[in-house]
Amino acid sequence: MDSRPDSPHAPAGYQEPPPFIEPGHTFESVTSKISSIVLTKYQPISWIVTTFIAFLFLNMLLIAVGYLFVKGIGIWGNNQPVGWAFDIINFVWWIGIGHAGTLISAILLLLKQQWRTSINRFAEAMTLFAVACALMFPLIHTGRPWLAAYWLLPYPNGMSIWPQFRSPLIWDVFAVSTYGTVSALFWYTGLIPDLATFRDRAKHKITRTIYGALALGWRGSARHWQRYENAYLLLAGMSTPLVLSVHTVVSFDFAIGIIPGWHTTIFPPYFVAGAIYAGFAMVLTLAIPLRRMYGFEDFITMRHLENMAKITLVTGLIVFYGYVTEVFFAYYSANQYEKFMIYNRMTGPYAWSYWMLIFCNGVVPQTLWIKRLRTNPIWLFIMSLIVSVGMWLERFVIIVTSLHRDFLPSSWGMFYPTFWDFATFFGTIGLFTTLMFLFVRVLPMISIFEVRTLLPQAKVEGAEGH
Amino acid sequence: MQREPATSTLYGLMAEFDDPNALTEAAKRTYAAGYRKMDAYSPFPIEPVWEALGVHDRPVSFFVLCGGIVGMISGFGLCYWVSTIAYPLNIGGRPYNSWPSFIPVTFELTILFASFAAVLSMIGLNGLPMPYHPTFNVPQFLRASQDKFFLAIEAADPKFDRTKTFEFLKSLGPREINEVEN
Repeated sequence: MDSRPDSPHAPAGYQEPPPFIEPGHTFESVTSKISSIVLTKYQPISWIVTTFIAFLFLNMLLIAVGYLFVKGIGIWGNNQPVGWAFDIINFVWWIGIGHAGTLISAILLLLKQQWRTSINRFAEAMTLFAVACALMFPLIHTGRPWLAAYWLLPYPNGMSIWPQFRSPLIWDVFAVSTYGTVSALFWYTGLIPDLATFRDRAKHKITRTIYGALALGWRGSARHWQRYENAYLLLAGMSTPLVLSVHTVVSFDFAIGIIPGWHTTIFPPYFVAGAIYAGFAMVLTLAIPLRRMYGFEDFITMRHLENMAKITLVTGLIVFYGYVTEVFFAYYSANQYEKFMIYNRMTGPYAWSYWMLIFCNGVVPQTLWIKRLRTNPIWLFIMSLIVSVGMWLERFVIIVTSLHRDFLPSSWGMFYPTFWDFATFFGTIGLFTTLMFLFVRVLPMISIFEVRTLLPQAKVEGAEGH
Repeated sequence: MQREPATSTLYGLMAEFDDPNALTEAAKRTYAAGYRKMDAYSPFPIEPVWEALGVHDRPVSFFVLCGGIVGMISGFGLCYWVSTIAYPLNIGGRPYNSWPSFIPVTFELTILFASFAAVLSMIGLNGLPMPYHPTFNVPQFLRASQDKFFLAIEAADPKFDRTKTFEFLKSLGPREINEVEN
C-alpha cells in the first residue's frame, strides 16, 4: 500500500505521494470545518443562486409531469417505430450516474483505497438522488402509473394478473428498487456517527432534537463500533456485486431483445464500465464546485481529483473498446442487418449523434493522459460535462438509431423529440441539483468520522494501520 | 429538578483521554487489572481498543447469512410460484419453471434481505435507538463524538470500588475523571 510511510519495498528515489488530508488538521478542526457548513445560518451566495435555479427547473418538471398525466404520453415524441426514446435514455443515463457513488463507497472501501473517504458521502447522496430521478421514468412513461403497478410489482390484484418473470423488464424493477433501498441503507448507516456529532454540536434545541433522533442515541461505544464496522464491511461486500448486477440487468433490457444494435453479448460489461465512467464524471462535476464553494481543498485535494480523472480515463477506454467491438461484431457476423445497423449509425440521419458520441467519449477523455490537464480543475470540470453529454448520446444512439430502422424498410421512421421531452429531462436535472444542494445544507457532505481516521494522530502505535 | 446526591445511584467512573494511544493503553491495563464491565467511547472506530477490551462478537455476520438465505428462498419462491402455479404462461415454449430467468430476481432479493439484516441487526444488537444513557450525564461526554476518548468502568463490575477504582483510573494518567450518575 502506498500510504505506508516506511514501506520497505520503496525503490530508491521513490517519492511519497501527498497525504489524503492536508497536514495540520486535528480531530477538532476536521469536525468543526465540516459541521460548521450545516450548523450555521450563513450560506454562500453561490449556494442560494444554484439552489434557486435548480428549483425553477424542478418546477418545470412538475409542470411537464402534470401535463403528461392530463394528456397522456402522446405529448412526447416517441411513436412507432421508436417506441422507447427519452424516457428510457434518461432512465439509463441517471441510473448509470448513480453507479460511481456505490463504486466509491463500496468497491474502493474493499480495496482499501483511503482516498475515497473525502468523497464517499456526497457520492452516495448523488447515487440516491440519481436513482430517484431514474425511477421517475419507468413510472411516468406508463402515462398513468397508478394503474400500471400490477405488471411492475408482484402483488395480489383484482385481475389475478402477475408479472412475467422471464422478462428483463421485471428484473430491472427488482434490480433498481433493491439498488435504491440498499444505497439508502448504506448511506444512513454511514451517517449515524456523524449525526451524533451534529447532535452534540448543535446549539438550537430543535436542531439538536432532530439530529439526536436520527442518530438513534449513538455514543461511540467500542462494542458498538465493532459491530458497526462489521455491518459496514458486509454492506460494502454486498453492494459490490449488487452495483455490477444493476447495470448488467439494465443492459439485458436491450441485449435480450432481437433488434440489431441491441442483441449483443458485449452489453453487460460495456454498460457497467459506461456507468462508472459517467458516474465519476458526475462526481467531478459536483466535487469541483463544492470544494471551491466551501473551501474544501484540504479534504478534496488535487490527488483526489487526479485519481478520479484516472478512473474516468480507464473506464472511458473500456467504453471506447465497447464501441469498437460493436463495429467488429457487425462486420464479423456477416449479417446484413447487423452491418446495416452500423452503417446507418455512421452515415444515416442520426450520424451526427454517433460522431458526437465518439468525440465526447472517445477523443476528449484522451486529454487526461496529460498530467497538466488532469490536475487542472477547470479542464476537469469542462471535461466531465462533455462526458455526461457523451454518455447521454450513447444511450440515444443505442436506443433511437437501433429502433428507427430495423429489419423491414417499410416500417422505418424517424424520431423527433418534443418540448415536453426536453422539459422532463432538464426538469430531472433540476430535481437532482435541488436535492443535492439541500443535502449539502442539512447533512455532513464529507464523512467526519472517517476523515478523523485518516489523520496521523489517529494511528495507534504498534497496530497495523488500515 | 434538584439532584439529591444521597438518592442518585452511581453508574460508574469515566476517565477522559486526549488521544487514541492513551485510550488503547488504558483499556489494556484496565482489562489486565481484572475489570470486565467497562466500555470505551471514541469518535471513530479504533480496532486495538476492541481487542484490548476483549470485544469480539460476530453475530451480525450470522444474521446477514440468515437474511441472505431467506431472501434467496423468497426470491426464487416468488418467481416459481407466480410462473408455475398462480399465473402460468407459455412464453415461446419455455418451461414454466424456467429457472435461469429467475436468477436475477433471486439474486436481488438475497442482497436486499441480507442488507436489511446487516443494518437492523447492528442497530438491534447495539441496543439502539437508546435516547437516554447514563454516560450522557457527563457534560464532557459531548466530546466523545468529536475529539475526546473515554473509558468508563461500571459500578456493576464485581471489582468496582468507588475509591480504589478512582485511584486505579488516576494511575492511567487521564485528563479528567468523572462520576457517571444513573
